[in-house]
Amino acid sequence: MEALAHQFFNLDIMRQAWPIILQGFGMTLLLCLAVIPLGLAGGLLVATASLSKSRALRWTVKGFNDVFRALPPLVVLILLYSGLPFAGIRLSPFAAVCLAFLLNNSSFYGEIYRAGIESVGRGQWEAARSTGLSAPHTFAYVILPQAVRNVIPDLVSNTVEVVKLTSIASVVSFTELLYAADMARSVTFNTSPIVLAALIYLVILWPVVRLMSRLEHRVAA
Amino acid sequence: MSAFERFLESFFNPKLMLRYWPDIAQGMLVTVEIALAVLASGLALGLGLALARSYRIAPVSAAIVVFVDVFRALPPLVLILIIYFGLPSVGVNLSAFAVLWLVLSLVLAAFAEEAIWAGILSVRRGQWDAARSTGLGFGQALIHVVLPQAVRLAIPPLTNRTIAITKNTALGTVIGVGEVINQAQTAVSFSGNATPLMMAAVGYLAIFAPVVALGAFIEKRFAWRRA
Repeated sequence: MEALAHQFFNLDIMRQAWPIILQGFGMTLLLCLAVIPLGLAGGLLVATASLSKSRALRWTVKGFNDVFRALPPLVVLILLYSGLPFAGIRLSPFAAVCLAFLLNNSSFYGEIYRAGIESVGRGQWEAARSTGLSAPHTFAYVILPQAVRNVIPDLVSNTVEVVKLTSIASVVSFTELLYAADMARSVTFNTSPIVLAALIYLVILWPVVRLMSRLEHRVAA
Repeated sequence: MSAFERFLESFFNPKLMLRYWPDIAQGMLVTVEIALAVLASGLALGLGLALARSYRIAPVSAAIVVFVDVFRALPPLVLILIIYFGLPSVGVNLSAFAVLWLVLSLVLAAFAEEAIWAGILSVRRGQWDAARSTGLGFGQALIHVVLPQAVRLAIPPLTNRTIAITKNTALGTVIGVGEVINQAQTAVSFSGNATPLMMAAVGYLAIFAPVVALGAFIEKRFAWRRA
């Protein structure tokens, strides 16, 4: 029991690691501020394109979605970070993570938007167009706001997954929370810094997870 | 050599493909093995927990809720590192393969419990009453009447999550599990060429594209609202 406490909940080591872990946490927040808006915007683009009249565009989007739903995000990241230099393109860890997340998340957010757009009744289109709004205006002012409102729980739950996923940035040495904690672990030969990082993720994400499961049960009940 | 030839040489080199395909195939086998093991144990454990929660014994339910919340909130990579580096110093030695299997199973169990429990809650009260009135015990009503309906309701929300978790087998490369991307990274460092990475990408597509298609089919097939 004592060994367990020493290895996983060593307060001395946690205190020593705290500054570097806090710095890592700052980088995780920064990364979230970059990749969440990128994913939301990319997803909107993908969803809009998948509703386009052009068959070529629709098929391109379908191919894009199929590829990025099948590839694990870590694999996309490694392909970009270790593969592109062979083509003479060297991305910084931050840029590689942003690009990998943009590709991966656009397809996931895109699918959610699309479900939302399809949930808005046909009559809304017709009513909006009949008042003289153009098609783009109808989409932006009438359809999209309702579509987004219908899928807010899914958007939130996917965003939780994105925040958790930022931990893979540690694999390409981006100094976010998990990377900082793992560095502290390898210096101290003690797991407590990673446990501390886990506690930080828990403090940030647990309230959201709790809220989501209440929402889900409310819908189900 | 033209730029295009150089590109082919670094990304689609036939000689390297020939040399490394056994390694990549071996990695694919490992990926499929872990994914299947995680699928079986994660779904079974999630189902068991949802059933246990149906008995509404306060301390049991509370423990399940805490487990589910923690494993939904923590990134799997964090859990993998804690268990892989922490357990040996308290005398438990698990192989990297076992750690990856254990963590992903627990994560999948948490999401599965949540979905199946939501399904159980959404089965109408009348189904319980009718089942019990025919003389079925609580356990019998749960297993034979409520659970089949609950599982059906749980399948569509659970499908995508399950696929995402099995794709997380790639995280094993961080602790040296010899799955596809790990084999490819080793091959890249030996050959100084990106061809193995392209092979790994194709390998993942070969494994997971059918899974994603199957998932879409299952979602549609079971998109069924209660009567």
